[in-house]
Amino acid sequence: MNRFAELLDRLAYEPGRNNKLRLITAYFRDTPDPDRGYALAALTGALSFKHAKPGLIRDMIMDRTDPVLFGLSYDYVGDLSETVALMWSKGGGDYCESLLGHPSPQPSTARGEGAQLSAALSSPDKSKATGKTLSVPSPLGGESQGEGHPAGSASDDRLRTSNLHNNPPPPTLSEVVTTLRTLGKTDLPKQLARWLDELDETGRWALLKLVTGAMRIGISARLAKTAAAALGNKDPHEIELMWPGLAPPYLELFAWLEGRGDKPVNRDPAPFRPVMLAHAIEDADFATLDPADFIAEWKWDGIRVQAVAGRDERGHMQARLYSRTGEDITKSFPDLVPSLHLPGAIDGELLVLREGRVQTFNVLQQRLNRKVVSPKLMKDFPIHLRAYDLLGDDENDLRELPFVERRAHLEAFVKKLRDPRIDLSPTIAFDSWDVLMAARANPANAGAGEDADAVEGVMLKRRDAPYLPGRPKGQWWKWKRDPHIIDAVLMYAQRGHGKRSSYYSDYTFGVWTSGEDGEQLVPVGKAYFGFTDEELLQIDRFVRRNTTEKFGPVRHVVHEPDQGLVLEVAFEGLARSPRHKSGVAMRFPRISRLRWDKPPREADRLETLERMLKDVTAN
Amino acid sequence: MRGSSLRMTGKIRRKASYISWMRPQDILIPLPAGLCCKPGGFHIDPVRPVERAVITHGHSDHARPGHGAVLATQETLDMMRLRYGDNFARTTQAIRYGEEIQLGDVTIKFHPAGHVLGSAQIAVSCKDLCIVASGDYKDAIDPTCTPFEVVPCDVFITEATFGLPVFRHGNAADEVKKLLASVALFPERAHLVGAYSLGKAQRVIALLREQGYDAPVYLHGAMEAITRYYESRGVALGELRLVRGMKKADLAGTITLAPPQATSDIWTRRFPDPVTAFASGWMRVRARARQRGVELPLVISDHADWDGLTATIEATGAGEVWVTHGQEDALVHWCKARGLAARPLDLVGYGDEEEHEVIAADEAEA
Ligand SMILES: [Zn+2]
Ligand SMILES: [Zn+2]
Repeated sequence: MNRFAELLDRLAYEPGRNNKLRLITAYFRDTPDPDRGYALAALTGALSFKHAKPGLIRDMIMDRTDPVLFGLSYDYVGDLSETVALMWSKGGGDYCESLLGHPSPQPSTARGEGAQLSAALSSPDKSKATGKTLSVPSPLGGESQGEGHPAGSASDDRLRTSNLHNNPPPPTLSEVVTTLRTLGKTDLPKQLARWLDELDETGRWALLKLVTGAMRIGISARLAKTAAAALGNKDPHEIELMWPGLAPPYLELFAWLEGRGDKPVNRDPAPFRPVMLAHAIEDADFATLDPADFIAEWKWDGIRVQAVAGRDERGHMQARLYSRTGEDITKSFPDLVPSLHLPGAIDGELLVLREGRVQTFNVLQQRLNRKVVSPKLMKDFPIHLRAYDLLGDDENDLRELPFVERRAHLEAFVKKLRDPRIDLSPTIAFDSWDVLMAARANPANAGAGEDADAVEGVMLKRRDAPYLPGRPKGQWWKWKRDPHIIDAVLMYAQRGHGKRSSYYSDYTFGVWTSGEDGEQLVPVGKAYFGFTDEELLQIDRFVRRNTTEKFGPVRHVVHEPDQGLVLEVAFEGLARSPRHKSGVAMRFPRISRLRWDKPPREADRLETLERMLKDVTAN
Repeated sequence: MRGSSLRMTGKIRRKASYISWMRPQDILIPLPAGLCCKPGGFHIDPVRPVERAVITHGHSDHARPGHGAVLATQETLDMMRLRYGDNFARTTQAIRYGEEIQLGDVTIKFHPAGHVLGSAQIAVSCKDLCIVASGDYKDAIDPTCTPFEVVPCDVFITEATFGLPVFRHGNAADEVKKLLASVALFPERAHLVGAYSLGKAQRVIALLREQGYDAPVYLHGAMEAITRYYESRGVALGELRLVRGMKKADLAGTITLAPPQATSDIWTRRFPDPVTAFASGWMRVRARARQRGVELPLVISDHADWDGLTATIEATGAGEVWVTHGQEDALVHWCKARGLAARPLDLVGYGDEEEHEVIAADEAEA
């Protein structure tokens, strides 16, 4: 673990890509199995265990340090893991000792007593030591170096080596990783404390970053694999291809790289490939982009999936559906499996289609997180895959090809599948950004037709972009539709969770409608985010000063025509909902602005929302 | 004499002459010019010109020019002469470790501080009361200077440069091994080690030699004089060369020591793909290292770390601790939690030599 920590430490400071590679390769060369394999897993994000909460780490350090010293140190260092790693004192530290039973020095009437005490600590014969230093004009003049070298000076070497002497050896990375996988929550603090005792400063830092899941060292999975490939002068692409079939600690892989074993074959017939993600495009980006370099498609409001099929050793077709994080979700969608009857890997969107029409996300949601997938559910919510990329065609990996070529493969593949449950996501013809903007504003008229409800924007993909894992710069862009916006009135507030638990940060808001008692506010949604920290403080203050009633954790906040707070709420979509008093439900509502300037009476009315709902359906 | 009368906070005590009732603050008192010893008629490490100065060590924030008479170790006097020229003071007097001198009503005695060559702690005694002004010190082993010595006293005056429990310097030899491992891994690159010219640089070289590194070590011109001086005092540093005049390609695989500032300016362009290292106790804190753009932080310090400060305070047996410069709050808090009287002296003018080392203009391009 200390060696791995050293690597992470060095990588954190090294800016050059090639130098990073050299450092990682050197580590792989010097480190035995299985440690280097777990290191490779850590660097590629392939480790999985439950992360410890920062609060736990804080509690542990609070138990063994003086809170004042901790506070000063944390202020100085600015990072919890690092502060703890540096302050940690082995075996419980001296805090308890300093509070309990450590006597304050007794005032003595003569200095002699204290002097003898420290003289005993420092050197067996004080006068001798003094005598020696007297005779030494040059510090290196022989005899002064040896014994005349009292208490404090030995602290580095004496104290520290004796500690090492008594301690068990520090844990290996393998030990840490395998233990964390199975360790129960209640055993975690004790185990962590033991490891922290055994590791050095850098080791403790790396351990804490690892267990809290906060290891950010600017290394891509690709870079780590490239470094491994360099160990055997192999092409990193070869590792990329076999990667889905490999698992930590990658013994086979290292054996092959070192020429001690055969090339590992990818035995998983339907492996997951890390997905490629898009950046949100900003207005300013368009100026630098040429429309001719891009292909545009609709951005569907469904679930991104990877549908993979391949033949196992016995020649049987195996099909799997993965979420974009690589989670196997095949069991939730058995109705799609028969459609995946050709070997290949499709990147696409999971949707619900009824009579050829894409349903909204609210409908699709009925299929999610179900324990049992009943025949009725499958019949009422028929699942569909809309394909937009092809990563593998039979045995061929297509990921290195430019998008425009993959698209051609995809079109042929979908045609060959001839399956009603799988179709192509159409491209949008455009020759200028203005044309595309018009399409995005009105998908129904730009080819999306009756499926326009399920369009949440436009995707832009460079024609020449290979399929790269992660979120590579400048390759794929998402251009979402403008969110809907209304002005609503804050009605109730509730305390948040975690970091926000001391603030009123969950807000229920409403719009005006005519009721039996005249004009009244009806709640239309709840929002937890969208505001800045500064705005959170402002709203929190407002809530506390304007509470009219308290019900448990909920505060009623004043909401009269002339008194109250207007929130500008942005949301992605609307759906009818019998469960809501207002009859509508918002998708992704968030606070986009605080309208201190607006009296509540000028907030929007329910009719506005109903009109939006109609517009959406009519389009 | 160590009754309540010694407490800093003890306010009402019959005002008597210091001959019969001596309080620590009657012996040494912090004034704008520095720590002043009225009964002895001198200042310790004064930051303004004074008539008589007693100086702990040669770092420029402690050893300043323009005093009347200066009392210091021979090494400190020599370093002042190197830096300020022959007329840095009207008169000088050298004192050896362990030597005692009577000044006015007090006796002073020099003890090694282990900080840099010639660095001293100054014990000031008057009657039965002893105060030790330790200047800058470290309790870790350093092959280039006489080891620190614990001096029992009533009042211990300590620095607190690294006075936070996050500062643990570890073993300097391990840090040098880290440097050598990097040199081995990147033989085509130059390694540039930022190190304070007085003390740190020579210590790093000596540590390299202890690890068996026997290739020439290269120096920035600003370090030449002081490093040669170390050698003249018997500190063996092996083969040293100046970077000046070297071809870029010939610096591949070499180690060069330079003042910290030089490692971040255009001077570095003469090196092939340099790895920037920095030897300092500050390197323990990542944000600090990143802020400086350091690629290879080496935790090597000329000051005591937290454990060193606290162990030393305990070992002196002092009942009262005055904290001069650095992270005073934490160390004062620690002392108080141990039942020791403690206070910050709030002296200004001392600080972090490494952060403020100025390279003379004619040396900057050296
Ligand atoms: Zn100094
Ligand atoms: Zn200093």
